[in-house]
Parts: sequence; structure tokens; C-alpha cells
Amino acid sequence: MRFVPLAVAGLTALALTACTAGKEAAPSLGARPAPAGSAAASLPAATVELWHGFSTPAEVKAFEDAIAGFNKKFPQITVKAVKGVQDDQITQAIRGGRAPDVAASFTTDNVAQWCRSGSFQDLTPVIAQDGVDLGVLPQVARTYTEYAGKRCTLPLLADAYGLYYNKALMKGNAPPRTLSELTALTKKLTVRDANGDIKVAGFIPSFQYYENSPSHLAPMVGAKWYHDDGTSAIGSDPAWKELLRWQKDLVDWYGYDKLEKFRKGLGDEWGAEHPFFAGKVAMVVDGEWRNAMIAGDPKAREMDYGTAPMPVSDTRPELYGSGFTAGTVIGVPKGARNPRQAWELVKYLTTDTDSLVTLSNALRNVPTTRAAMESPKLAKDANFQTFLDIFAHPRTSTLPSAVNSVFNQEALATFVTKWEKGAVPDLDAGLRSVDRQIDDKLKLSGS
Amino acid sequence: MASVASAAPPRWRRGEGLRALVWLSPWLAGVSIFFVYPLLATVYFSFHHYDLFTLEWAGLDNYRYLLRDPRVVTSARNTLWLVAVMVPVQTLFSLGLAQLVVRLKAGVGLFRTIFYLPSLVPVAAGTITFVFLMNPSTGPWNQFLALFGVTGPDWFGDPAWSKPSLTLLSVWSCGQIAVIFMAALLDVPRHLYEAAAIDGAGAWRQFRSVTLPSIAPVLMFSAVTGVIYAVQYFAQAMIASRVASGATDSPGSTFTPGYPDESLLTLPQWLFQAGFRDYQMGYACVLALVLFAASMVFTLLLLWRFRRSEGAA
Repeated sequence: MRFVPLAVAGLTALALTACTAGKEAAPSLGARPAPAGSAAASLPAATVELWHGFSTPAEVKAFEDAIAGFNKKFPQITVKAVKGVQDDQITQAIRGGRAPDVAASFTTDNVAQWCRSGSFQDLTPVIAQDGVDLGVLPQVARTYTEYAGKRCTLPLLADAYGLYYNKALMKGNAPPRTLSELTALTKKLTVRDANGDIKVAGFIPSFQYYENSPSHLAPMVGAKWYHDDGTSAIGSDPAWKELLRWQKDLVDWYGYDKLEKFRKGLGDEWGAEHPFFAGKVAMVVDGEWRNAMIAGDPKAREMDYGTAPMPVSDTRPELYGSGFTAGTVIGVPKGARNPRQAWELVKYLTTDTDSLVTLSNALRNVPTTRAAMESPKLAKDANFQTFLDIFAHPRTSTLPSAVNSVFNQEALATFVTKWEKGAVPDLDAGLRSVDRQIDDKLKLSGS
Repeated sequence: MASVASAAPPRWRRGEGLRALVWLSPWLAGVSIFFVYPLLATVYFSFHHYDLFTLEWAGLDNYRYLLRDPRVVTSARNTLWLVAVMVPVQTLFSLGLAQLVVRLKAGVGLFRTIFYLPSLVPVAAGTITFVFLMNPSTGPWNQFLALFGVTGPDWFGDPAWSKPSLTLLSVWSCGQIAVIFMAALLDVPRHLYEAAAIDGAGAWRQFRSVTLPSIAPVLMFSAVTGVIYAVQYFAQAMIASRVASGATDSPGSTFTPGYPDESLLTLPQWLFQAGFRDYQMGYACVLALVLFAASMVFTLLLLWRFRRSEGAA
């Protein structure tokens, strides 16, 4: 048995060698001064790997077109784009030391976690080194791409939410500007059969209906999610109560069971049977991308429809014109092998006007810089312009970055589902319990 | 001195022990790497705040949060329902099906194949198909019921019906267990039935006194694996919730796991949510330990009952 200690020592040495061999830390952004002279000429050749979530041929081609512009500027840098990548894969790749040079995500839900943990690199030093003016982005887009002073992502394209209305079903009425106008118009436009079953809904107030999430509807009343210290403001902000009471009154007018029966019989949100396309609902809250879906559907494109900002609280008329926004974010993960080249790609994709216009024209999302929004090359009609205006509105809001963003949204969504069903006897107590859940979870996140 | 000499193991026994250890080493390595180490790591991480990137000592914070987390109670209740209802229903149905098939005079192979086929359908495809078929407004299932004047429920959209709907799904795909039961039933010696029949035992008495004791080990295996499967029930509940709710992944859109009304929220889903959505791996580890303990308790209870009934017999 004398060989046992020897074997253990040998194995330990082997394991330690294996753990440390070849693990030279990848250079981080801003650790070295910016290259002197023209950045394009001074950067060494490299292949930069870009992971993104786009997957359809049209989306992938749009990305390739935007990258082609980058290649003209940096011919020595080859960009290898990998499509259809989700956040989980990005996180796992970073943990496993196989991070791509650049990663893009469709949602803003993980921005806080990525910034806080350092899994995405803080871009602040290189933004300063290169003198990038973030003033070209609306304040709201700057908000959802950073966390606690760390800017670890930049906005690539944005989604803005507004009201779509079917002109034939509106019967000559103008789109509502306030919640009371929305209620009155909904009642006027709703059609029921002899049994009281809904045939055509003016507006579906259910939080469970497609895009009617609390975060999308909160800007209608200017409701606030968090206090400055990150704790929940839902229970203490009266705007949430106003939104919920307005919503419940309208649900009750329909009758919860009747409304649920109607909602569950509606077609798929992403198919040709969408109730707005099928003329089953007169007004819907939706993102700017619905314009492209309508244009791409042979039947829906015949529909005469309009877009407008979402109606707002009767007591907050200054909110009219604003809405909800969030969007695709892009950054440089920790461990990127070519961080400086990666940063040039991120900078190009997020600030170059032609690149943003190319992507926006193809994907029909809102370009994020003011110059791109005003570019004559940007394809836009009145319906798309509505969303450009919403995105640029100074009161347009977003879901602020939070470490438990997904959990917090779910906690509120679970509560409002019970609320609209009539299973919440005390609204104040219910909202306080949502606060408690969010705050408890925040404590669990550590320091 | 004599006692010291006699305490030392004989040389041949020491050599045999070492040889046994060598033969066992692949298994030992497997268990150490894939069971002992993960279990110890789970315990270790459960005392930390761990967001997959940074590790920070948390003491008992994660365990304290377990007692305050309202969704633990909801998800544990749902998981318990699956153990108490879905597993027995699936086991009994499989046994009944196997009994029917083994009694067939012709076409045994065909029916065995037909009943086994659903278990070959991928879980995601089967679940999505069920949700579409059972859609209260557009699905053919309720339209079929309407032909007989029956108003079908909102299967996956009503919290009272969502778990029974999943039970139907599990019954539909029970072919694998049914095939094991068929093999066990065919193994029961025919002469036992003949002897019982001579003694005047009817069909029910034969089933209780001959069939059940003969297939008891297989029944036990089915119950134990069924319980472990139910405690780990994840994919079907998650997919059914997601499809029935119509939730999307667009920015700001929220999917509340367990739709409708958290009735399909199971403990493994909540664990996944904590670990891979909220990045609270420490808390997810606590939930994993709870699941492990629950599986152990249920399995030990079943084994204890089985041994007791065997002893009584």
C-alpha cells in the first residue's frame, strides 16, 4: 500500500497542472490604452465570433448585411456570426471559458445579472477612450442596458409598444387618448351574441392576453417598479392601484368567465389567425414588429388599420405619446479572445447609422440612435412612425434592470392573474405581499 | 502477542479485498463522480449565494428563504398530487391494459405495438399535441364530447382540470410500463391458476391470490420508479403551461410558470426557475436537496410497505 500516497500526490499534481495549463486570462476591455492612430488600421487581424438570437433566413441575412458594412471598415477582422443563440447558452459558454467575442440577447432581463457578476465586460472605459457619445441614444435605452453604474451592454435595436386599431371596427371613432375613453370605446365597439358571448371585443383588458403584461401596460399610468435602493415600489405607488382598478372594472363589465372563454378561443399570437387580423378585436396593445407581420400576411395586409400611442391615465395627460420600450442588447462577454476587435464590432453595430438602418429596414424594429431614426434611408410610414415617436418620447419607460427581473415580473403577473379573476379581496394587502416577495428575493441575491 | 497475530487478516483475504476493490473501481468511480461529488457540492452550494459566477457565504439564508417562499408550498402540493394520483392511476391503467392484452387470443403483437407506440413519441410533441387537441374552443376533443351533449372542460386552462389532463397524458403514454407488466403476467405459472380454479377461486380471487403476489416485485418496481418520476416531473408540466398560456418570449412579456394559477408548478420547475432564471443556484441547491429527500422518503416508505406485506404473506 506504499504506492497509495505516491499515487495520490501524482494525481493531485496532474490535476493541478490540468487546471492551470493554458489558462492565460483573456485581456479585458480598457485594460490597455486605445491603439494609436486610426483604429481601423491599427487593430490586428482576428476572427470575431458573434452570437445572436436571430434565426429566420431574413433576419440572418439582415445581420450579414450589417456585418458586411463592418468588414468594409475593418477588412482584417472576420466576423463569424452564430444564429439562434439563447441567453442560457451565452451564460453557460462564459462559465465554461468558451465565451464568444460578442453576444446579443433579445431580452433585457439578464442585463443586471450580467453586469453585476462581471460576466459581461464593463464598456465604460472603452466608451470613454473612444469618446463615444451616448447622448445619441434616448435616456430610456441607456437605462435598460446598464446596472448600478456598470454599462455592460448597448442597445442594438428596440421594441416600442403602442395601440393598434382596426379602422373598420372603430366605426369612425378616433383612437382613445385616456383610459376612460378606452373604456367607453371598448363598451361601444364590443359585440355579443344572444347568450352574451363575446363575438368582437373592443379591447381585451386581460393581463393574460398576449402582450398585455404588467410591464407593457404600466406606462399608461406611469407606474414605478422599484425604489432607488432596488426594493419594490409596487405596493406603495398608487399608479399600480389605478391601473389594476381600471382593468378590473373593464373585466367585470365583460364578465370574467365570458372574457376568458373568448380569450381562450382566439388564434395563435404569431399565426395568420391572430384575432386582430381576424377582426375579432378592435384595439390591441402591441409592439412595432406587428406592422411587419401585418405586411407579411396576405390576408391581414388588406386590413385598414392605424397605430397610436397607448391611452393614459385621465389624471396624467402628459404621459400621452409615451409607452413601453426594451429591446435587443449586445456586449462583450468576459473571456472574449479578441475584446478590442469585439468592442469595435459592438460600437459599429450600435452606433453606425447605416448599419442600424439596414437592420431596422429588414427586421422592422426601432433603430436606437436619433440619427438612424431620422435617416432618410429608414423605411417608414405613418404606422411605423408612431413607434419611432413613442421610443423617442421623454416619458417612455422601461422595466429597469434588476437582478431578479424575471422573478419580479412573475410575482406581479401571478398576482394580477388572481386579481382579474376576483380572487384578491384586499388589493393593498395583495400588492404589499408582492413587495414582500420581491424584497425577500432581493435579499437572497447576496450583496 | 497471540491475540495481535490473530487480529491481522490472513494474507489471502487482504489480496482478495484488493482484487474486489479493483473490480469495483469503475462503479466506485462512477458513483463518486456522478453521485457523491454532486451531492456534496449541492450541500456546499446550498450554504452560499451563487449566481453561477460569484460565490458568497450565505449561512442558512437559503434554508430560511425556503420556509418563506410561498411557491414552495404550492409546488410541493402539486408534486404530491402527482405522486398520490397520477402514479397510482398510471400504474393501475398499465396493469389493466396488460391484463387485457395477455388474454387476447389473436393480434397480441399488434395491440402490444399500438399501446407501446405513444411512449415513443417525444415528450414535447406529445404534450403540445394534447394541449391543442384539448383546447376548449378549437380542439376536436371537446367537439367530440359535444356530440354526446357533454360540455367539455377547459382542460389545460382550468386549474381544477390541468393536473387530471396531464394524468390523461401519462396514461396515454404508459406503454413502457404496460409492456413490463405483460412480461410479468406471462411469467406467472399457469398451474397456479389451475390449482386456484380447482379450489373454486373466481377471477377476482385468482387475481388477488395468484397474480398480485406473483407480480409484486414488478409492481413495486413500477411504483418506485413512478414515484421518482413524479417527484422529478418537469417537461410535460412546463410545456403544457407554456403552450396553454400562449406566453411569448418578447421583451417585457412574462410567463408565469405553472399556468393556470400555478396549478402545474412542480418542485423541479421551481428549482429550474431559481437556478437558471433567477441565477440563485444556492437556493436551487436547497430545493434539489428537498427533492432528493422527498424521493428517498417516498421510496423508503414504499419499500417498507412492500417488505411488510411480503412478511405478512
